[in-house]
Amino acid sequence: MIPLFSIAAILLCAAGLYIGFFVAPTDFQQGEAYRIIFIHVPAAWMSMFLYVVMAMWSGIGLAFNTRLSSMIATAIAPTGAMFTFLALWTGALWGKPMWGTWWVWDARLTSELILLFLYIGFMSLQAAIDDPRRADKAGAMIALVGVVNIPIIYFSVKWWNTLHQGASVSITQSPKMATTMLTGMLIMSLACWMYAIAVVLIRTRAVILERERHTVWVGELQGAAR
Amino acid sequence: MFLWIIQRDLLLAMRRRSDVLTTLFFFVIVVSLFPLGVGPEMAMLRIMAPGVVWVAALLASMLSLGRMFASDHLDGTLEQMLLSPQSLPLLVLGKALAHWLVTGVPLVLMAPVLGIQYDLPGDALLVLTASLLLGTPVLSLIGAIGAALTLGLRGGGVLVSLLVLPLYIPVLIFGAGAVEASTAGLGAGAHMSLLGAFLLASLVLAPWTAALSLRISME
Amino acid sequence: MPTLEGNQLECVRGDRRLFRDVNFSLEAGGLMQVQGPNGSGKTSLLRMLCGLAAPAHGEIRWNGTEIRTLGSDYYGAMSYLGHLGGVKDDLTAIENLRISSALGGVEIDERKAHDALQHMGLGGRELLPAKVLSQGQRRRVTLARLLVCGTVLWILDEPLTALDTTAVKLMQGLMEQHLEHGGMIVMTTHQEIEIAALTTQRLQLA
Repeated sequence: MIPLFSIAAILLCAAGLYIGFFVAPTDFQQGEAYRIIFIHVPAAWMSMFLYVVMAMWSGIGLAFNTRLSSMIATAIAPTGAMFTFLALWTGALWGKPMWGTWWVWDARLTSELILLFLYIGFMSLQAAIDDPRRADKAGAMIALVGVVNIPIIYFSVKWWNTLHQGASVSITQSPKMATTMLTGMLIMSLACWMYAIAVVLIRTRAVILERERHTVWVGELQGAAR
Repeated sequence: MFLWIIQRDLLLAMRRRSDVLTTLFFFVIVVSLFPLGVGPEMAMLRIMAPGVVWVAALLASMLSLGRMFASDHLDGTLEQMLLSPQSLPLLVLGKALAHWLVTGVPLVLMAPVLGIQYDLPGDALLVLTASLLLGTPVLSLIGAIGAALTLGLRGGGVLVSLLVLPLYIPVLIFGAGAVEASTAGLGAGAHMSLLGAFLLASLVLAPWTAALSLRISME
Repeated sequence: MPTLEGNQLECVRGDRRLFRDVNFSLEAGGLMQVQGPNGSGKTSLLRMLCGLAAPAHGEIRWNGTEIRTLGSDYYGAMSYLGHLGGVKDDLTAIENLRISSALGGVEIDERKAHDALQHMGLGGRELLPAKVLSQGQRRRVTLARLLVCGTVLWILDEPLTALDTTAVKLMQGLMEQHLEHGGMIVMTTHQEIEIAALTTQRLQLA
């Protein structure tokens, strides 16, 4: 499974980047710099989606006391945080030529930043707890509390942003997107999907091996590897 | 029973008055540092005041979260609470309310004085105090979840801020927003009712979540 | 007839398995002494029995029903005294006792708390803050809760530590009385103590 998704991720990523950088037409308003959205938008989508998936697995783990689902949640967190960071970073890179500034206190960017804080909170809580079972459950609680709060946070940030309008430039203006641009973006999203699945699977495997390092079957695996 | 817990925590706070005062002075000092950092122009300070007071209240309330369960955890009272035939969420609600009475209420009472330092007009002072009155209990309630999850962990104090501060953001936005709206002549009604809604929602959900978190942490 | 049963209990702490396949059944008037060297899982077992921790495997039944599903019905019938007594430094002995018994579901007045403390040999010290009491005296404040709560099942983790000989005698009498009236006790102790009971069983953890 893992090689399959990894190869798919690489191929799709290559295709998406090719379309994004060479095929898609130059935007008449924004010039070449807009091409960064081929990374930015899929990363932002993934960051939000992964948090929801993580909370879902956490919830399942908490409700049915299944250890595997908690391990998957643990494995998702770093990938989600990575995408969040990527979205913020590319957002800043894009903002510099567009708005003339690296950072704008725009509703979406701010929410994305808060999302990063939520990921970091989840990971630090799990890292601070020695007992893996407690770490799973405590992490699940904070993920669920976070997922309930995300809509509230998003809407309050949006409201806050409309109140202080002078400060921000609207990025909600959606110029009509050329079909090639759309395909490029969709392919890149797919690539991110594949990447996320592959990495999460790899990390889950690592987590399982670490937790079960004293069991017989892991010992046998080690024996076979030698 | 609920009253028992509140009464007990208040009694304990009375015997350790210095803890309560530390939080209050922290609040006062943080608020007073801002003019030193950004300069004494009154026009700018007036704009900043609600945000500064609210952020300081957030920090002060968060700093005292550690005490909510930690001492009960250390001397074994918390075990007795978990094993009590009384409902645990109700006990947690009692503890969160006691926390608010001990840390939140002094902040609310102090806020108008600090507002005067920032030259806020009278009606803005009123809105600021009212928004803190509605908002600070939410901070104690949400904080109870964070305090329960980080119980007995290394570096729990810093960790609790990572967990809890992002969740405080809506309260901050609408709390400080209420004051700004009223000075802008828009009326603070909408903000206040949203803060009220947060309070109701957290009254229902937070004790229950924190109780579950306590059970997880004590296992 | 109240019964407490454990079936195939297993305890895992971190990477280590402390014990497995622990079985027992305790009836009214029965005493169970849990024995074993340090780190063999005595405290873990007791925490499982009172419902603070979940066993990695197996089940614990009170009157035939799994204790996790019983919840507060079980907590109302059981008193657990752990290593930590739950005595607050800043409160007086009487306040400590009244609050801890209220937590246990029984609200008592000043008079009754006073009597219980007197019985435990703390007469004249009821109004002192707990921080000036000695270890043994604090232990007595904790144990006084057993007098007022009227629960059937006592789960006691090293109840005799820090107690002097008179207090140990006192506790011994108290436990025998409790067992005589159909109570049940699960306890760990390192001290040699003979307690007369209807049935006495020893559970040895390796």
